[in-house]
Amino acid sequence: MTLRSLIGGIALLAVGCGSHASTRITVTGSSTVAPLFAEIAKRFEEGRPGVRVDVQTGGSTRGAADVRRGTASLGMMSRGLLASESDLLSWPIALDGLCLIVHGDNDVPSLSADQVRAIYRGEIESWDEVGGPDLPVVVVHKAEGRATLELFLRFFEIDGALVVPDVVVGDNEQGIKTVAGSPGAVGYVSIGAASHYAEQRGGLRLLPFGGVPATTRAVESGRWPLSRELIVVAARDPEGPVRSLVEFARSEEVHDLVRALSFAPFRP
Amino acid sequence: MISSALSASRRSARDRRFRRLLAIPAALAGIAVLGIAAFVIAEASPALRSIGLWAPLADAQWQPASGAFGMAPMLAATLVIALGALLLAAPLGVGAAAFARMWAPRPLARVLRGAQILLAGLPSVVFGAWGLVVVVPAVAAWQPPGASVLAATLVLALMILPTIALAADAAIAGVPGDLVQGAAALGLRRGAVLRHVVLPMARRGIGAGLVLALGRAVGETMAVLMVAGNVVQWPTSVFAPVRTLTANIALEMGYASEAHRSVLFVGGLLLLAMVAALTLVGHRRGRGIHA
Repeated sequence: MTLRSLIGGIALLAVGCGSHASTRITVTGSSTVAPLFAEIAKRFEEGRPGVRVDVQTGGSTRGAADVRRGTASLGMMSRGLLASESDLLSWPIALDGLCLIVHGDNDVPSLSADQVRAIYRGEIESWDEVGGPDLPVVVVHKAEGRATLELFLRFFEIDGALVVPDVVVGDNEQGIKTVAGSPGAVGYVSIGAASHYAEQRGGLRLLPFGGVPATTRAVESGRWPLSRELIVVAARDPEGPVRSLVEFARSEEVHDLVRALSFAPFRP
Repeated sequence: MISSALSASRRSARDRRFRRLLAIPAALAGIAVLGIAAFVIAEASPALRSIGLWAPLADAQWQPASGAFGMAPMLAATLVIALGALLLAAPLGVGAAAFARMWAPRPLARVLRGAQILLAGLPSVVFGAWGLVVVVPAVAAWQPPGASVLAATLVLALMILPTIALAADAAIAGVPGDLVQGAAALGLRRGAVLRHVVLPMARRGIGAGLVLALGRAVGETMAVLMVAGNVVQWPTSVFAPVRTLTANIALEMGYASEAHRSVLFVGGLLLLAMVAALTLVGHRRGRGIHA
């Protein structure tokens, strides 16, 4: 018994020691970019034993805060840098659009900017006021600090303090599942995330805007008005494996991953 | 009392050494709690110093960007959801334990206990995902938006049910068998034995289970964040979407600036105080009859 436990103990130690030799890169930030970056990271790790990349969400602003604090080597953001963040370095890795989503059974054809503004300010209570079914409107909004929220408010010129939400969600997936589960719900999410979900599960409708359908192709061709760059940021010029990771994420080798998640590859 | 019966052995040197050794893990638990409390107080003190203790409770709104730090609605939401879950889960948990111990045939009772243990081990995010995809749409069909006090209460009740059931099970099993048999011999039917003999004797253990469950309910973050709606407002209706203190910390801590972070820690301090108060109350009232 003692010999067995001794061998077991040594084996455990050996396994534990094995991982000490590896480099660990932590990447945090936007929940929109995270699924894409997780796939890129997995492929990056394949050719490089001993390198581990940890991808965590928490919002674009968290990504910026973490690289400044040093708790992450890279940050992911789904918006451009603000003036207050001009000390950070950034590299675009994909293009994404923002669109409004409604429940699959909600047949409202589309919403104009004024209608969106009115809905989010709580001024429109029922879908039949905008050409939809007779259902009460359930407004799904994002929590503070999310790039998707800031972009949405800025594009539709809505004052954040005046928004009257019915549900506040943390990330794209929660927003999508909430809208898909509530017939009168409306929310705004990344086109990539929504297309991906709609293709796999259905039960969701992406609303067109200004006559342009909410598709990745529209984002890629530049016709979609509410597009944004998905970027990777760092506090200083990256070196070694981190630099390789950034270059890998910007290379053609990951374009298929970008498309698989319904984003558009970034072409400089 | 055990210690008085074995006081003779205390004089042995080996026992003295053993006692000192055992004191270490016992002390660690206390030190850990004090350490965490001290850390939370330290992190919260900048906010407490600049905005005082009243502002978080008195401010009308929660808009950290504009300096409004009203936490009262979130505190209310935490309490309503936790107490609601306890009210739902307590009779179910105690009932399940009583059934398993006093009526069910042995194999069935073992299966039931196993199921409770499994349920207790499920990660909270699994409950949250299930709640988001099943409970919320079901509530939404009744009354939109679905993500609400009701959804959170239901999911949380399911999460704390095993805690109560397992504690009640142990407490009921601990009631001396001769008392139960004596009552039966006097002609009391099983229901009366449960009500007048078993439950009063098991009160202490059940009470401890309830306090544990309430503590878990107050502190639950992930599952509640996914199904409660997260809108900062007073829980005026069971269908209203609300935000608990825990969900608030989880949503905002990642990106909060220094001052904002400190206010979030004030929320953490409120949670700590709540759990401490609940534990104290539970301890006082849980002192049931114990032969």
